[in-house]
Amino acid sequence: MSIAQDSGPPKVSPIYDPRIRSVAYQVLLCGAIIFLAWSAVRNAADNLARAKISSGFGFWNQTAGFDISQTLIEYSAQAGTYGRAFWVGLLNTLVVAAIGIVLATIVGFLVGIARLSKNFLLAKLSATYVELIRNLPLLLQLLFWYNAVLKALPDLRDSWTIGSSVFLNNRGFFAPAPIFGSAMSYVAAAFVIGIIAAIAYANWARKKQERTGEQSPVGLVALGLIIGLPVIVFFLAGMPATLEFPEKGRFNIRGGIEILPEFVALLIGLVLYTGAFIAEVVRAGIMAVSKGQTEAAGALGLRTGPTLKLVVIPQAMRVIIPPLTNQYLNLTKNSSLAVFVGYPDLVQIFTGTVLNQTGQAVEVVMITMAVYLSISLITSLVMNWYNSRIALVER
Amino acid sequence: MSVATQDSMIAGSKGYVRAAPVESLPAPAATTGVIGWMRAHLFSSPANIALTIISALLILWLVPPIIEFAFTHAVWSGTDREACLPSEQRPEVGACWAFVRDRFSYFIYGSYPIPQRWRVDIFFAMLAFGIFWLLWLEAPRRDLGALYFFVVVPIVSYVLLNGSELIGLRRVDTSLWGGVLVTIVVSWVGIVFSLPIGILLALGRRSNMPAVKLFSVIFIEFVRGVPLITVLFMASVMLPLFVPDAYSPDKLLRALVGIAMFASAYMAEVVRAGLQAIPKGQYEGAMAVGLGYWQMMYLIILPQALKVTVPNIVNTYIGLFKDTTLVVIVGIFDFLRTVEVSRIDPKWAAPTTSATGYVFAAIFYFIFCYGMSRYAKGVEARLAKSDHR
Repeated sequence: MSIAQDSGPPKVSPIYDPRIRSVAYQVLLCGAIIFLAWSAVRNAADNLARAKISSGFGFWNQTAGFDISQTLIEYSAQAGTYGRAFWVGLLNTLVVAAIGIVLATIVGFLVGIARLSKNFLLAKLSATYVELIRNLPLLLQLLFWYNAVLKALPDLRDSWTIGSSVFLNNRGFFAPAPIFGSAMSYVAAAFVIGIIAAIAYANWARKKQERTGEQSPVGLVALGLIIGLPVIVFFLAGMPATLEFPEKGRFNIRGGIEILPEFVALLIGLVLYTGAFIAEVVRAGIMAVSKGQTEAAGALGLRTGPTLKLVVIPQAMRVIIPPLTNQYLNLTKNSSLAVFVGYPDLVQIFTGTVLNQTGQAVEVVMITMAVYLSISLITSLVMNWYNSRIALVER
Repeated sequence: MSVATQDSMIAGSKGYVRAAPVESLPAPAATTGVIGWMRAHLFSSPANIALTIISALLILWLVPPIIEFAFTHAVWSGTDREACLPSEQRPEVGACWAFVRDRFSYFIYGSYPIPQRWRVDIFFAMLAFGIFWLLWLEAPRRDLGALYFFVVVPIVSYVLLNGSELIGLRRVDTSLWGGVLVTIVVSWVGIVFSLPIGILLALGRRSNMPAVKLFSVIFIEFVRGVPLITVLFMASVMLPLFVPDAYSPDKLLRALVGIAMFASAYMAEVVRAGLQAIPKGQYEGAMAVGLGYWQMMYLIILPQALKVTVPNIVNTYIGLFKDTTLVVIVGIFDFLRTVEVSRIDPKWAAPTTSATGYVFAAIFYFIFCYGMSRYAKGVEARLAKSDHR
């Protein structure tokens, strides 16, 4: 009888019960955070009322009244609203990030592979580039490209020219702009059809190879379909495009495509900086593929090119993709450094000018952060999906 | 000939038997020495030769202008822009080092009052001593070193730099601080705060308590998902709104809060990776001998986890050090900002002043960042060696 009584759980003070402790800790933490948030909101309300700053998103539809130097959608100082300015800035951010990602990937892969080259000079040159760029702040590099390189270009009068229609000076890069006629839509359609046909052909060729082992010239055919088809249609439609040439006046250049020096500086800085990091990612990925794989490919009689393309890179990609995604996100976030060279990106327009004009710090900073957070989350989701597709399928 | 006869005599038979091997010939000249090395590494195939030529041309195109700029055409002394302007005698002007020499103390101290600058010097010396103590692996009492670095130096240097009427040091407003001083203060505050906060966040993210985990994940992912500039903006324009008007923090403090938050989130992920590398048996073993949560973490898990993460922690510090340049956005005169201000000073307006300023800043940042990355590589190599038995 007494044994049965003793075998129950020993009586201990509830202070030592891990479940009760855990609940108590969490209640304390939540309480502390709620208290902090509550006092922050109360203080903010007080401070805003004292400074006579309204809150809410009413400013979104007010007229902005400032000019933006690069607008991809229609915008003017008189008619544009703060909301419109937001979209202009967001598009500018996305443009520089998208072009930057493509170029940085190219630079990164070339340099990363070059650093592993057997050629001593090339390997050392790449290593120097990577070490130098990675150990200097991006801001310093941006300021250098903008102030010491692009602003040191000749002024309008002494522009560098190619022919009489391409100008490079300290106001930017000017080139002829194509003006498309209405028949250009056929060419665009041909381009889309070309891409679809190329994908279909690649699928067919892959199935054929799996069935019979015969290879088809996929690259050449795809090139012909994607580039050749639109070119043929272009000539058949009677060349429905003309070039608008920039004309140099005394004080400015009119017409044509204008690329701002701010954009160029930001792009060069971002591409070189992120390219160096991607190069390291690529190098680590390739080195993670064991040497036996290369040697086995050599034993089968593959040359260096096919060995890289068919054996090493497909396996290295599994290691490369996750950190590569991080670098893409870093590039996108780093594009906010545009504010230091005056490129009108989201941060420069919105947290800069709009914040100064409206004084609505909380709303403006929150919106900006929300945009970058969404970009980060969407990119992570897409990349995780891609990563799970190419991941090694094990039992 | 005589050798052969000897051999056959030793063998004592009619046939020819060789007793000693012939001396081996030297390797063909084409595979050894300088020529062999060049063949293997520079000229092994037509493609390789082409790469070598392109690289050599690139080097020839880049290196001589850099040497000309930095040394042969450089101006080493002078008092104002006149020294660095191109003239009849010197049509090509390289780096204007005279400008750096003239502005050197501004780059280091910013606008810190000149009679008080000894305080900054003492701060630098204390910091250097602490870093040396911590990084030198055979140093005595490194636990005291950590205490010194993370507790003593912050308190003493705050009093020293900020000043205190109690001990008769004049107050120096933080708006006067600048240059290397601010860069070091900002990155060091980031370093000191990000590690402990990052460890707590990493433990929180792996905690069993849902509320703790949720808050940690939200904080880490939120901060890592936005650019540092927006975090600094938040600290700069929103922080003053969230505290009562009387306690409104000064500009430098706001930036420090922003930097510390940002660095902590990144540090948390680095530490988490280290925690994940610890096998489950270590946790179970610690619990089996009756250790509580904090004892287990402090005595068993963290020492192992942090050891393998040291290289990544240092890499995070390098990123942090580079990121301190962004504090200019909230109006703080860090080192890069003092260079920016000086290079547009009319007194030194010359064609190469900007480039000189940037090259000088680049040398400064490169020395620090490269030094840290070498240290990380060294630790990595030592860890790799200690794993081999």
